[in-house]
Amino acid sequence: MTSTPREYTAPAMALRTAAILFIFVIAFTALLSAVYQWTRPAIEASALAEKMKLLNEVLPASDYDNALLTDTLSLPPTAELGLTEASTLYRARKGGQPAALIFEAVAPDGYAGRIRLLIAIRADGSVAGVRVTQHKETPGLGDYIEPKKDKNKANPWITQFNGLALATTPAKEWRVRKDGGRIEYHAGATVTPRAVARAVHQAVLWADIRREQLFAEGSAQ
Amino acid sequence: MTRDEFSTIAYNGLWKQNTALAQLLGLCPLLAVSTNIVNGVMLALATIIVMALANVAVAALRNFIPHEIRIPVFILIVAALVTVVDLLFNAQLHELYVVLGIFIPLIVTNCIVLARVEAFAAKNPPLNSTVDGIFMGVGLLWTLAVLGAMRELLGSGMLFTGIDMVFPSLSPIQVLPADYPGLLIGLLPPGAFILLGCMIAWKNWMDARAAERAKRRPPTPEVVADTAEAGA
Repeated sequence: MTSTPREYTAPAMALRTAAILFIFVIAFTALLSAVYQWTRPAIEASALAEKMKLLNEVLPASDYDNALLTDTLSLPPTAELGLTEASTLYRARKGGQPAALIFEAVAPDGYAGRIRLLIAIRADGSVAGVRVTQHKETPGLGDYIEPKKDKNKANPWITQFNGLALATTPAKEWRVRKDGGRIEYHAGATVTPRAVARAVHQAVLWADIRREQLFAEGSAQ
Repeated sequence: MTRDEFSTIAYNGLWKQNTALAQLLGLCPLLAVSTNIVNGVMLALATIIVMALANVAVAALRNFIPHEIRIPVFILIVAALVTVVDLLFNAQLHELYVVLGIFIPLIVTNCIVLARVEAFAAKNPPLNSTVDGIFMGVGLLWTLAVLGAMRELLGSGMLFTGIDMVFPSLSPIQVLPADYPGLLIGLLPPGAFILLGCMIAWKNWMDARAAERAKRRPPTPEVVADTAEAGA
């Protein structure tokens, strides 16, 4: 590097730097798109695996034998479920017979805003499982609705809904104990479980009257 | 790279030019993430990876980058590398990505990376630059670990909150009695500023003390040098 730097005129200088910058942009954009293309299958596969893991938390994998992720219906925004945006409903079948419906619902009246739920309801109308997928409840107080944060690991709070059905559980029992229902709650945080219990009840009512229709819709093709 | 260069780079990264305590760079993610040890260490690990890669890339290309447009080119390189790391982690090390993933995009906003690229990698060969990136990251790692430990200890009386997300078999340690009410300011950003200030004061005090000792007892380094020579 002992040679003196070449003198450039202003336009030549501008052209030269623009060209170099352009080459760098091309090179790194190519790198990005190559890595993106190369990693896409693996990333998509793990996103699907994660989705299946969540679905299997509300409905055990042994309870259905169809391809859950492809047997779906898209739901429009449904006020009864508290949903203000479109969502997906999954239909589980075993041996071709309806096994369960899995769909999202929102409890709009949590202590800190909306609580998103994933609910599985069996073909006989009983709740197979409920999971909280998104919430902003107070850490250490209202967040026991999430099994990961619940101190009771053997029997997390959210599993109380398992097995409840409209046929065997009267409407007033789908509430927390304080309101005369059968759902236990932790003292000091009643708003959160109350909101979740109400949303689950609403969702069960919603699914009950249109279960046959939901299973049949679009599956004849 | 000689041993001398190596130890200078290591000393600069770990102590003298510590990114958090001396350069005060990247405070935004630093203060947001240092609420506990686990989060802090995770951010630092992600930073080490990105800094080592960004430094080696810039050092290798440094003779092709015109001085006038070096900053946009550096930003391009850093942003592309962070995205590549993000994608590769997601695809190849998904378990780790679930834990580290949310911290990687934070690094894009972290000026530590750009600062090291500009101050070091643009003027030094690739090997030295890689070592510099790693030690700058390790310096950040211990600072974030200490800061995170102080914050969660003050805030909740616990250590290693969230360790079960990384190692499911481990659980947080309750250091203070379970009925410790918790000093909320420890967990809030102002607490982070106060504690970081205390750590900077402690570093300056240590440096001042070391400088004074060196002045008061000049023969000491010579004695050390003599024995070293005798040993060799």
